[in-house]
Amino acid sequence: MLNFVLRRLLSSVAVLLVATFLVFVLADIAVDPLEDLRTSTAPNKEALIAERIALLDLDTPSPVRYLSWLGGVAGCAVGKCDLGLAWSTNQPVSELLASALIVTLKLVAVATVLAIVVGVLVGVVSALRQYEGFDYGIIFLSFLLYSLPTFWVAVLLKQWVAIGFNDFLRAATISPLAIAAISLVVGIVFSSAAGGHWRRRLVVLGSSTVVVAAVLAYISATKWLLDPSLGPVVILVSGLGLAYVVTSISAGLRNRRALFSALTTAVLGAALWFPMQIVFRAANGGLIAGLAVSAVVAGIVIGLLWGGPDKWVSARTAAFVAVGVGFLIFTDRLMQAWRPYSESSVINGRPIPTIGSQTPGLTGSYWVVTLDQLTHLLLPTLALILISFAGYTRYQRASMLEVMNQDYVRTARAKGLTERVVIMRHAFRNSLIPLATIVPIDIAALLGGAIITERIFGWTGMGTMFLRSLDRAELDPLMIYVLIVGGVAVLANFVADLVYAALDPRIRVNA
Amino acid sequence: MTNIEQTLPEEGDRLENAIELKEVEGLSQGQIVFRRFVRHKGAMIAVVVLLGIVALATTSIGWGPIPGWWKGGGFGGSNPVEIPGGRPTLQVFGENGFQIGNYPFGQDAIGKDMFALTMRGTQQSLMMMVIIGLIATVIGVLVGAFSGFFRGWLDNLLMRLTDVFIVLPTIVIGAVLGKIFGSVNAFILAVTLGFISWTGLARLVRGDFLSLREREFVDAARVAGASNARIMFKHMLPNAMGVIIVNTTLLMSAAILLETALSYLGFGVRSPDVSLGLLINEYQTAFATRPWLFWWPGLFIVAIALCINFIGDGLRDAFDPRQRRIPTARALRRTEKAAAKRAARAASVGTVDGAGG
Repeated sequence: MLNFVLRRLLSSVAVLLVATFLVFVLADIAVDPLEDLRTSTAPNKEALIAERIALLDLDTPSPVRYLSWLGGVAGCAVGKCDLGLAWSTNQPVSELLASALIVTLKLVAVATVLAIVVGVLVGVVSALRQYEGFDYGIIFLSFLLYSLPTFWVAVLLKQWVAIGFNDFLRAATISPLAIAAISLVVGIVFSSAAGGHWRRRLVVLGSSTVVVAAVLAYISATKWLLDPSLGPVVILVSGLGLAYVVTSISAGLRNRRALFSALTTAVLGAALWFPMQIVFRAANGGLIAGLAVSAVVAGIVIGLLWGGPDKWVSARTAAFVAVGVGFLIFTDRLMQAWRPYSESSVINGRPIPTIGSQTPGLTGSYWVVTLDQLTHLLLPTLALILISFAGYTRYQRASMLEVMNQDYVRTARAKGLTERVVIMRHAFRNSLIPLATIVPIDIAALLGGAIITERIFGWTGMGTMFLRSLDRAELDPLMIYVLIVGGVAVLANFVADLVYAALDPRIRVNA
Repeated sequence: MTNIEQTLPEEGDRLENAIELKEVEGLSQGQIVFRRFVRHKGAMIAVVVLLGIVALATTSIGWGPIPGWWKGGGFGGSNPVEIPGGRPTLQVFGENGFQIGNYPFGQDAIGKDMFALTMRGTQQSLMMMVIIGLIATVIGVLVGAFSGFFRGWLDNLLMRLTDVFIVLPTIVIGAVLGKIFGSVNAFILAVTLGFISWTGLARLVRGDFLSLREREFVDAARVAGASNARIMFKHMLPNAMGVIIVNTTLLMSAAILLETALSYLGFGVRSPDVSLGLLINEYQTAFATRPWLFWWPGLFIVAIALCINFIGDGLRDAFDPRQRRIPTARALRRTEKAAAKRAARAASVGTVDGAGG
C-alpha cells in the first residue's frame, strides 16, 4: 500500500511537471507581451520595447524561464513563496489568486452539491422506473442538457429567469391559465415518477395538481412573492411532512421510535421559531454555522433519547429532519429580508441580477447581504447544474440498473426483506460506489472549468483570471492557474483510486 | 446436492430467447449490429435529421468553389433590409400561409443574411467536428493499442503521456492552442484540437486490448505465425471496434461543443470567417432586440450535438451483447403460436423433440 502511494505520488509529480512545462512553452508562443508597443507611435518606442524585454526577461529562452518560475513556486515548500507578478497591473499573483479562488469556490461548491444530489435522486428514480414514461422523459432531457452549449443556456437564463422574473414581479400575479398549466405539468411529472398501478397514479396526479394549484393561487392572490415568509405554521406542517418522508425512506414507518423522534424534532423545531427570531438579530456567518451544527446534534440527541435497540437509526432520521427544519427557519428569516432588499435604492425592485457576484454599494444587515449573494449565485448555479446534472443522472441510472440486476439483490428479495430495505440498503448504497470515483474528478474539473460560466456572468474567479492573463500576455498568473488546476486534477484522480479501493473490497491496490 | 431438479428456464424466458435466436440466425456480427441500430428509433431519427442538416448546409450556399442554390446575400456582404428591423421572412402560420422569403432567418443590423451566415457556420463547425474526430480517433486507437498490446515500459510511458493531457482541462489547453492557431484558419485549428482530444479513447482502447490479448484467438494467430502488427490490427482491432465507434461519436459531440465554446471565447474561429459559436458571441447582446440572430445558430449547435449523442446511444445499444430487447406482446404471441404448431406436428409424427430442441 505505502509502495503504491509513493509510486503514484512520484509519477503524479512528474506528470504535473511535464504538463506545466508544455503549457509554459506553448503559452509563451501564444502570447505577445510587446503587442501594444509594436503599434505604438511613441517617439521612444525602441527604448520602451527594450525596457519591457528586460522586465520580462524575454531574451532568455522559455525553458530557462520556466525553470526560474518553477524555482519561485518551489520556494513555497520552504515558506518563501514567489508566485510572480501580473506585470501589466503590477499586482502580485498571490493576491489575485486568493480572491479568485474564493470567488470560484463560492460559485462551484453550491452548484456541485446540488447537481450531485438532484442528479443522483433523479437517476435512482429513473432506474427504478426503467422503460416507463418517466424514464424515457429523463433520458431525453439528459441528452438535451448534454448537448446544450453553456454560453447559449446562460443567455437564455439571463433573459427568461432574471429579466423575465423581474418584470413579472411588477405585478406578481399569475394568470389562472398559467396556474392550471404549471400544476398539471407538476402533477404529471410526480405521477409518472410515482409509477405503479393506474389508480395510484391517478391519486398522485390529482392530489399533487390540486396542492400545487392551491399554493400557486395563494401566492398569486396575496402577492406573496413581493413579501414572502413562511411563518411557524407552514414550518410546522412542512416539518411534519418532512418527518414522515425521511422516516419512510431512512427507517420505514413501522419503526415507531424513529417516526416519533422525527416528529418530536419537527415540533420542537417549529416551536423554536419564536426564540430564533430574537437570536437571528445578532446573526453572522459563525453563528449560523454553529446553529446548523447544533441542529444536527439536537436531532441525534432526540433520537438517542427515544432509545430502543436501533437508536442510531432514530438518531440519523431525527438529524436529517433537524437539518431540514433548521433550513426552513433560516429560509423564513431570509425571506423577511426580501422586501427591504428588493425595495432598497440600489436594487430598485429588480432583485435577480444578471452579472457580478455582489451588488456594489449595497449595505444592510447580515440577512440582506446574504440574500444579495444568493440572488447573484442563482443564475450561474442554475447554468452549472443544468449542464452537470445530466451527467450524474445518466451515470447513477446506469449504475443503479447494474446493481438491481445483481444476484445479491435477488437474494435480499428472496429473504423477504421489504422493498425499501432492498433498494436503500442493498442496491442504492452499492450503486454509489462508482459515483465516488467520479465526484472528486468532477470537482477538480469544475474548479478550473467554470471558465465560460464565470465569463458570461461576470464573476472574477479562476476562469476569468486565466482568460485575462491569456489576453494580457501575463504568464505568471496563467501558470499558477494551470498548476492549481493540474495539481487538483492529479490529486482528485489519486483520491478517486483510494476511495474506490476502500469502498469496493473486490478492488486491490498493489503496485 | 444431487441433481434431482432440473432447472428449466421460465416459459417467457425461453420464448424471448427463441425470438432473439431466430433473429440472428445466419447473420454476421456486422449485420446483427446494423439491424439492432436500424431498430433504435431515436438513433434513426437522429441520422435523418443530421443528414438533412449536412445536406442543407453544404448545398445551400455551396462548398468551396461549388456554387449552391441559395440566392440570398451570401455570407459576407450586407444587403438592404427587407422587413423593418430585419425580422425573419420565414413564416409557418403567417398571413400568406407557409413562406420562406428572401431572408428566412432574418437579417442583422447591417442587413447580413442570417440564413447564409448560419449555414456557413454550420459548415465550419461540422468540418471541424469531423477533423477533430478523425485525428483524435487515429491517435487514440494507436496509443491505446500499442500500450495495451506491448505493456511494460511502453505502456507506462504512453499512459503517463495521456495523463499529461488529462490533467489539463481541454478548454484551457484549447484556448492556448487557439490563441496560436485560431488566427491561421479553421482547418489548422481543428487539427490541433484533434491532437488534444484523444486521451479518453486511448484509455478505453488500452483497457480493451489488455483483456483481448489474453484471449485464445490471439494465441492461435501467434501460433499460426502472425506478426505483432497483424495480430493487433487484423485480429484484435475488429474486436475493439464497438468501443471505438461509440466513443468516436461521443468525442465528436464534445468536439462541436469545444469548438463553439472556443469561438465564443474568442480563441477559436475568428471573424471574418464564421462559426456557430462566433455568431452567438457576436449577437448575444442583440437578444432583446433581434432574438433570431441568437436563436438560429444556437438551435443548429443543439440539433447537431443532440443528433450525434442519440446516434452514439444507438450504436452503444447495438454493439452491447448484453443488450436484450423487450419483445412486444405481438412477437411473443407469434412465437408462442409457432412453438405450439411445431409441438403439434412433432406429436402427430410421433417423434419427441429431445433435450437439444
